[in-house]
Amino acid sequence: MPSRRLFLKSAAVIGCSAAAHPWMSSMTFASTPGENRLVVIILRGAMDGLDAFQPYGDANLRGLRSSISIGPEQGAHDLDGYFALHPSLGTLLPLWKAGELAFAPAVSTPYRDKRSHFDGQDILEAGTGTDLAPGDQRDGWLNRLLQNMPGAQSRTAYSIGTEEMRILSGSAPAKSWAPQVRLRISPQAELLLRRIYEDDPLFHAAAEEAIEIAAEDLTPAQGTGRPQRDASGIASFAAARLNEETRIATFSLPGWDSHASQARTLGRAFERLAAVILTLKTDLGRNWARTTVLAMTEFGRTARENGSGGTDHGTGGTMLMAGGAIRGGRMIGAWPGLAEGDLYAGRDLMPMRDIRAYAAWAMRDLFAIPRDTLERVVFPDLDMAENPRILA
Amino acid sequence: MIAYPELAAIRLGYGLSPLMAAPVDPAQVLASVAGAGPDADAISVASISAMQRDLVRLRRRAKAGDRKARAQADDIGALSDRMIALAQRREMARALDAPAGFGERLVRFWSDHFTVRGGNSERRLLGVSLVDEAIRPHLGGSFADMMFAAETHPAMLLYLSQQGSVGPNSRFARKRGGGLNENLAREMIELHSLGVGADYTQADVRQLAELLTGLRYHRDRGIFDATRAEPGPETVLGRRYGDKGPASLDDIRAVITDLAARPETARHLARKLVVHFVSDDPPQGLVDRLAATYSESGGDLAVVNAALAQAPELAARFREKARQPYDFVIAALRSLGFTGRQLLDMKPGVFQRGIIRPMALMGQNWGAPRGPDGWPEAAHSWITPQGLAARIHWSAQVLPRLHRVRPEPREFLAAAFGDTASEPLKWAVPRAESVRDAIVIALSSADFNRR
Repeated sequence: MPSRRLFLKSAAVIGCSAAAHPWMSSMTFASTPGENRLVVIILRGAMDGLDAFQPYGDANLRGLRSSISIGPEQGAHDLDGYFALHPSLGTLLPLWKAGELAFAPAVSTPYRDKRSHFDGQDILEAGTGTDLAPGDQRDGWLNRLLQNMPGAQSRTAYSIGTEEMRILSGSAPAKSWAPQVRLRISPQAELLLRRIYEDDPLFHAAAEEAIEIAAEDLTPAQGTGRPQRDASGIASFAAARLNEETRIATFSLPGWDSHASQARTLGRAFERLAAVILTLKTDLGRNWARTTVLAMTEFGRTARENGSGGTDHGTGGTMLMAGGAIRGGRMIGAWPGLAEGDLYAGRDLMPMRDIRAYAAWAMRDLFAIPRDTLERVVFPDLDMAENPRILA
Repeated sequence: MIAYPELAAIRLGYGLSPLMAAPVDPAQVLASVAGAGPDADAISVASISAMQRDLVRLRRRAKAGDRKARAQADDIGALSDRMIALAQRREMARALDAPAGFGERLVRFWSDHFTVRGGNSERRLLGVSLVDEAIRPHLGGSFADMMFAAETHPAMLLYLSQQGSVGPNSRFARKRGGGLNENLAREMIELHSLGVGADYTQADVRQLAELLTGLRYHRDRGIFDATRAEPGPETVLGRRYGDKGPASLDDIRAVITDLAARPETARHLARKLVVHFVSDDPPQGLVDRLAATYSESGGDLAVVNAALAQAPELAARFREKARQPYDFVIAALRSLGFTGRQLLDMKPGVFQRGIIRPMALMGQNWGAPRGPDGWPEAAHSWITPQGLAARIHWSAQVLPRLHRVRPEPREFLAAAFGDTASEPLKWAVPRAESVRDAIVIALSSADFNRR
């Protein structure tokens, strides 16, 4: 059982470093992962951060964009006199006012210049640098977090949806399910299936998990085939798990690749994202106060609107943070500006900080993971630099 | 040692069937490629644009109060919805009925390589015609021809946002403004030809995007509009295009021919084929052989298909691939003797609830892959707890209602697996408490879900 061995080994590593930092020992040695909760949402397709949080206070925006991201004049909600929230994210305004919503406007992974969605997402989920070819990056960073989390069990983390989430794949056991799926077979068929799967590790692992989860009667949400309802169903399922033993949940939302008619295509995606966050808040109830949501995308989009009322693949992107645990109602990190000389390669928003640093600090503050572990193991070779203090 | 017919049916086709013999040799496998050309029901761009023109005209008259025009417009709308639903089933029916399914598997492979996805009914119909007009005719032809047909097909131009890409110095832009859209150019290099690992830069993407301006679908005026084309020349991967005379479709054909001939393209396509047909961990020897075959033949897919159909790695790497949900559903139906006719006769609601929805739960929302890179290949992308549960549940609860046959379990094992069933499976099937459970166990087994 490599996972158990790995787990024991990493527990020993943590033991050492915790001994060197005695002020952390009480949390580090806790036998359970604690009460804090982390939700990581991958926004597949590259969300245009300049449209989500519109920097209408930057005079250059008007020169770059004519039909999108024009600020409060076009119905966006003013946040701080400089940034405005996209109209379709309007239902999140009360969260902003309550300090439960924040954004980092110009972040990125180390991935540069080829601007491929698929490599970009692989690197975002792997959490590594660009030294490994994207196809070779098998482990996800949430899995490496689990490998180093005292008291973590397979239920500690869940990936949700019908699609595989690489961010959670790796040697530490974790759960994976889609709330729309059911499994009803006779006890004898179940017995025989378990027997024939024994020789095939992939099928064996999947079947054992499936049988265990399906037996729990999770009162599955009806899959409707409609993205809005299915996304909310996933959020509901995540909240139900997080209200029990689960502390980390991850899933993805598609639909961000807005090359054309962005005003129309992104409106729906924003509404879906807002619905997901509000569902989490409602269904988590009191646990919302201990929850941090990070919504990340592979990269941003061009600062300039293209010929089709959309935007092309860019570099610096925006991370959205939400939850009762965060110190929100503010922009976090630096804003590069949109003047010609401020742009990356003369076209994209300049990334000001590695997106992994934010995730690393959130994990340190939520789960008391030592900085050394985060910089060496979870995100190899990352320099976390100073704490952006996402959490309250 | 697995016999060639079983190997070919399971690895290169859609599985064994009690209704037809498996192909006995590579020649029969390759004959199925010719058999997968467009059929009498093929949908053309010309017919779709004619239909859309009628629709626009009728809707205009309807708006002015013409009741008859409104009824006719509604009829055309309903007709196009029926055509889309039918096209989806038509392709499945061909896969169900194909004795050696290699041709139909190649249709799926190349349609996935040149992924497009829907939108409104016109765009979905165009997606169907891309398969009929750009993929099926070229399965055993030149890759450059297939690539040109796919890249310039209206469905691709719409899906990869080429419609709005205007040369910044074109006649059109000088009067009405507009700019480039890089989407098609990027995917043409990254996904359709060289592959993302190849040595190209953002400048190549940009230059190709400039060269592609002018490509635009218009119902009446075709796919090229010179007024939007950026004045040349452009340099893509070190070669100059468009320096002779005004911009034309010939420049675009030239760059596609050159992209198709690149050694990186040979390696990228060879690797993709081997990953799809042989193993997630592709044997390098076969990848190199197919790439060499491709290059030496000048990108002739017939020669590449032949090399693949004869590869000894098919036997050496048996069952290293997981069947994707589409492949699994077709193979399951085939193993029970379900015919294409029966599928075509299914009521629309039954087809949705019995085939399309279950496939989405297995992880494959048919017709809607998450991006232009198509469906994932790796077994672990599909054999997840939820994905496997959805397959088992479908076999147990849905399939028996679609097809009420109860074959004798041992006969079923022989029909579905030939001599390839593993010992544990042969042990387990007779121990099921009902015929129904025996089929569930066989169809849910790793043996059946791998190929």
